[in-house]
Amino acid sequence: MAIKIEHLTHTYNPNTPFEKTALEDINIEIKDGEFVSIIGHTGSGKSTLIQMFNGLLKPTMGQVYIKGQDIHGENVDRKAVRQQVGLVFQYPEYQLFEMTVWEDVAFGPKNLGLNEEEIRERVAYALQAVGLGEEYYQKSPFELSGGQKRRVAIAGVLAMKPSILILDEPTAGLDPKGRDDLFNKLKEMHKGLGLTIVLISHSMEDVARYAQRMIVLYKGKVKYQGTPKEVFAHGDELEKIGLARPQIAYILETLKEKGMDIATDILTVEEAALQIKAYLLKRRDNNA
Amino acid sequence: MEHIIEAKDIVFEYYNYDENGEQKEAITALNHTSVSIKQGEFLVILGHNGSGKSTFAKQLNGILTPKSGTLFVKGIDATDPQNIWEIRKEVGMVFQNPDNQIVATVVEEDVAFGPENIGIPPKEIRKRVDEALETVNMLDYKRVSPNQLSGGQKQRIAIAGVIAMKPECIVFDESTAMLDPIGRRQVMATMKKLNKEYGITIVHITHYMEEAILADRIVVMEKGEVLLEGTPKNVFKEVETLKRIGLDVPAATYLMYLLNKEGFQFKSDVLTAEEVAQELWQ
Amino acid sequence: MLRDITIGQYYPVDSPIHRMDPRAKILITFAYIIGLFFINHFIGYGFVVLCLYGTIQMSKVPIRYMLKGLRSILFILLFTVALNIFFTQGGRVLWSWGFLTITEQGLIIAAQMACRLILLIIGSSLLTLTTSPIQLTDGIENLLNPFRRIGVPAHEIAMMMSISLRFIPILLEETDKIMKAQMARGADFESGNIIRRAKAMIPIMVPLFISAFRRAEELAMAMEARCYRGGVGRTRLHSLHYEKVDYCAFVLASLFFIGCIIL
Repeated sequence: MAIKIEHLTHTYNPNTPFEKTALEDINIEIKDGEFVSIIGHTGSGKSTLIQMFNGLLKPTMGQVYIKGQDIHGENVDRKAVRQQVGLVFQYPEYQLFEMTVWEDVAFGPKNLGLNEEEIRERVAYALQAVGLGEEYYQKSPFELSGGQKRRVAIAGVLAMKPSILILDEPTAGLDPKGRDDLFNKLKEMHKGLGLTIVLISHSMEDVARYAQRMIVLYKGKVKYQGTPKEVFAHGDELEKIGLARPQIAYILETLKEKGMDIATDILTVEEAALQIKAYLLKRRDNNA
Repeated sequence: MEHIIEAKDIVFEYYNYDENGEQKEAITALNHTSVSIKQGEFLVILGHNGSGKSTFAKQLNGILTPKSGTLFVKGIDATDPQNIWEIRKEVGMVFQNPDNQIVATVVEEDVAFGPENIGIPPKEIRKRVDEALETVNMLDYKRVSPNQLSGGQKQRIAIAGVIAMKPECIVFDESTAMLDPIGRRQVMATMKKLNKEYGITIVHITHYMEEAILADRIVVMEKGEVLLEGTPKNVFKEVETLKRIGLDVPAATYLMYLLNKEGFQFKSDVLTAEEVAQELWQ
Repeated sequence: MLRDITIGQYYPVDSPIHRMDPRAKILITFAYIIGLFFINHFIGYGFVVLCLYGTIQMSKVPIRYMLKGLRSILFILLFTVALNIFFTQGGRVLWSWGFLTITEQGLIIAAQMACRLILLIIGSSLLTLTTSPIQLTDGIENLLNPFRRIGVPAHEIAMMMSISLRFIPILLEETDKIMKAQMARGADFESGNIIRRAKAMIPIMVPLFISAFRRAEELAMAMEARCYRGGVGRTRLHSLHYEKVDYCAFVLASLFFIGCIIL
């Protein structure tokens, strides 16, 4: 079990006029090697939750276990936890500070106190994983494009060699191509490197395409958990809490209403095209 | 309809400098771009990051001035620095980052900022501020600090700040890029309202195709040039071209494209679920 | 979360004090501070406490809220008191150990200093609690206006103050975010000696400065796009007018000031 959270409640600024309960009685399990997506609208507690995963925040109540270890237990090395659980914040490029891409990515490994060779090996590994070749090593991170900067920042976290990677809206502000490139890289990391990935996203298309399981947060509580198909089956309820379904789901629903006999739990356009094709061919045969 | 903006052959270059301050290279952001915008039109400029769309937007109210080419706003020469304040009264601009365009610590003070700058009398400012906040549905928040608002609400305050100056045209320079889906919907609804009810010309720069569907006309930019231009239907049916330059198409259009690739012969200029149903039902 | 805390701790309720012209409040606060320094015995402090209490009651700001502000100066307060207790000479010696002596005079002066400091802080926080930051900047701009002729950039100062007020909470939040992001990369801000800790700040300061400059650039662009070209020719949404409540306040403040001098 990569992450296990039990009865977690978190309150900001307790006993002040600004008191606010961000999370309430959260119970979550994320398995090793899973690709999980957390969705929920702004203020639902997503960002608070992911800071629990690597111990940046300490819950007011409840337990957080990483690989079976209670991270707020006694004699726990907090730094080791943060090494194991890599956290990529929103707009991570705003954390870049070194003169070169290489130096910036090396920041994490240096903090771990590794030797020169290991640092070199890890930086190369991380930059390769995000798809930045040698020609970028000595460039200043500030001359790169938005998408490239973001990848440098993600490499900075990957260089810690975490086994769990958590990303808070990694594609925010990127254009469709930047978004697709980044998702493909994440998929490669998930498959090739066996990383457990937890992704916060607002894009239902992307969640439907990449996540194996979804967790829906609403007002600090877990509203739904399950595979994308299971979760998106709650169409109307999702809409009530300010979330949507992938566009194709609406198209299929309209077709079904008009009397077309097709499944409506399909979440990608490609899959839908195949289904509709089969249906149309059948209809043609019946008519003939 | 009359043209409110006429841009012809605009060329714009960015310069990179080395450590000694010497010019290293020039990057052409706009390469003989020509776009005319009609009074009252809702125009979306689509393109990926670095396509020149944002650079073009910044020409429209004199934040950047072209190296060559002509640009007329309501018949006034916008390339002449003398006219810059006149132009900025006519063409308002809403930027990308909601935080970095709000000046004041109270909502209504911020909305008043523009009218104050152009010397409107206090009584008239009061009236305009209330009207503008009413228009964007934020009147209840007029005494609130912007720091307590969501991204979408902040963008609406920024919009109110612009409409309080009574411009004829508003340019939205990727104003939805940093918002969550709810915020984006709010801002898009506000844009629609300004266009339909108040007749304000809207130029919206974005890379979200679902926002482009709402436009009267779409201009697709690539490498500083206009690649495609036309109604949403006519632009989105060019699925392959759009995919090639890294843009999305609506799910409905893409579905029809995939089916046609499988040998069907459906109409390719389809945008909505209803239209898909109609096509398949024939 | 830092965004929820307003700088200057404005307490938004409606009261006669809140309704006063910010200029009047600034001037009266000045008079109050000067008056406070005229007093050097406890009857005088009693008088000030009474007046202050009455004003606070009128302002509808809970006393508890005002006292909270004192927590932040507790250290300075204790330090001043200790300094005065131990290092004032004269009067009957009550206790002595090595170079430390406590005299009667010392105790009295320490108590007076404490009174003065507490009253000073409470009195001036009443200004910020009852005046919104924007009113405060408006008031300062207005009061500075006559000095424009001798080169005081009144409008620019006010604009700078107001922009700082707007962006300080944002930059604080950003600092928090950057710090967490670097901690997630194994940065350690808590251990090591001073030099190591100072070095550990670089990964926070560099991104923070870059971000602040980027924000400044974007804000300047947005302000220009809204036709901002300095203070010349600008009108204001709210123009300041002295009302009856202000004149009453001026009269009361004068009485207070005279009281301070007589006592």
